Amino acid sequence: MKTLSILLLALILSACANNPTNRMISGDVTLYERLGELEGITTVVDNLLFELGDNNLLLPYFAETNIDRFREKLIEQLCNVSDGPCEYTGDSMVDTHAGMEMDDRHFNSLVTDLVKAMTDAKVPVGAQNDLLARLAPMYDEVVNARRYRDDESLTPRF
Amino acid sequence: MRSLIFVICALMASHSVAASRILATSGLTQIEGAAGGGLVPWAVIGGYGSTSEWAAAASLSRTVVSDFRLGTAAVTGGFDNRLELSFAQQTLQVESLAEALGTTPVDSVIEQHVFGVKARLYGDLIYGHWPQMSVGIQHKINLNDGVGTFLGADRGYGTDYYFSASKLYLHALFERNLLLNGTLRYTDANQTGLLGFGDESGTDYQFMVEASAGLLLTPEWAVGAEYRQKPDRLGTQEDDWIDVFVAWFPNKRLAVAAAWVDLGNIALWDDQQGWYLSVQITN
Repeated sequence: MKTLSILLLALILSACANNPTNRMISGDVTLYERLGELEGITTVVDNLLFELGDNNLLLPYFAETNIDRFREKLIEQLCNVSDGPCEYTGDSMVDTHAGMEMDDRHFNSLVTDLVKAMTDAKVPVGAQNDLLARLAPMYDEVVNARRYRDDESLTPRF
Repeated sequence: MRSLIFVICALMASHSVAASRILATSGLTQIEGAAGGGLVPWAVIGGYGSTSEWAAAASLSRTVVSDFRLGTAAVTGGFDNRLELSFAQQTLQVESLAEALGTTPVDSVIEQHVFGVKARLYGDLIYGHWPQMSVGIQHKINLNDGVGTFLGADRGYGTDYYFSASKLYLHALFERNLLLNGTLRYTDANQTGLLGFGDESGTDYQFMVEASAGLLLTPEWAVGAEYRQKPDRLGTQEDDWIDVFVAWFPNKRLAVAAAWVDLGNIALWDDQQGWYLSVQITN
């Protein structure tokens, strides 16, 4: 009986868990607003660039990057992903990462830097998790970028 | 014990680049040395190593309930986020039991060594739809099997086999990240082997269900609960185990966990509740 009730609890919890962008708690406030709109997102991105400057694993990938453009497109992307009034005009995740051969290390390292960037920008933990939940599905496109570029019949697993 | 302290010091002194998995996803070290919660092994590989990285963890834990004290010292190595090797030395103080069985002199300390191997089969803790799924074995050698034998156990050594599935759901509950783990264990151990293996009729393997849930209140703090089903083949009313824990991951080097545990009936004593404290150092 004890086993059963615990399994039941786990099932209920996992049912809640399957709705990563659950808006119930945040009401009608968009994630964009909770991130502090364009100003807040800009602070997060600038903090992230600061962290990346110290990241020996990821820094080499930016050797050829136009940082001003990267910054502008990333702000657009975070604004767009968080339901803000922006359109993302940058390259697709597959095109951007196809030649980079990234793996778990790189993705995890970026997540760690992003969490630090958001914490330093005083983004509340709930909003941090909401943004991470919206970005995490890009893992497959980033890590398997070359596979998707080479075979257009494949669809990334969101 | 001395060698473990040496390993811990060596880990703290090492200036290797920290492995890259995300804070807290190393898990803790469970009482038999595998990466997991306090009682239950999880599908995660110990340490913070991602693809093509290695990582190690060393830990000490202490469980104090009404009539027993259990200490565990463990080292765990993770390779390529694929393979985990572990060793745990468990020391159970059973003076009260030795006294109660006065006419049959038994050791007042039961020491057990646990050699563990775990391999990740498929899936990832965070990314993709599938949970991270792993299989593991824990080979246990009880160096003081007199108590178990007196109570009817067949042997002083045995092997547990388990399958674990773990998933960290982002922004899942109260806007927090939620870890769920389920483990199925195939075992003939009595009280995890501390009271021997099998019964008078010989070996007696059974499937046992274990589960963990943990909520990351912040990236550094987690609260949760665990459940571990137990067999009762010695007729001593061996109870299922439960714990409720708080864990703190201030950085990738250190993790501290405290828990309230209810181990139920153990040998001749019922209602064994108390505290669990563990400290884990990671390279």
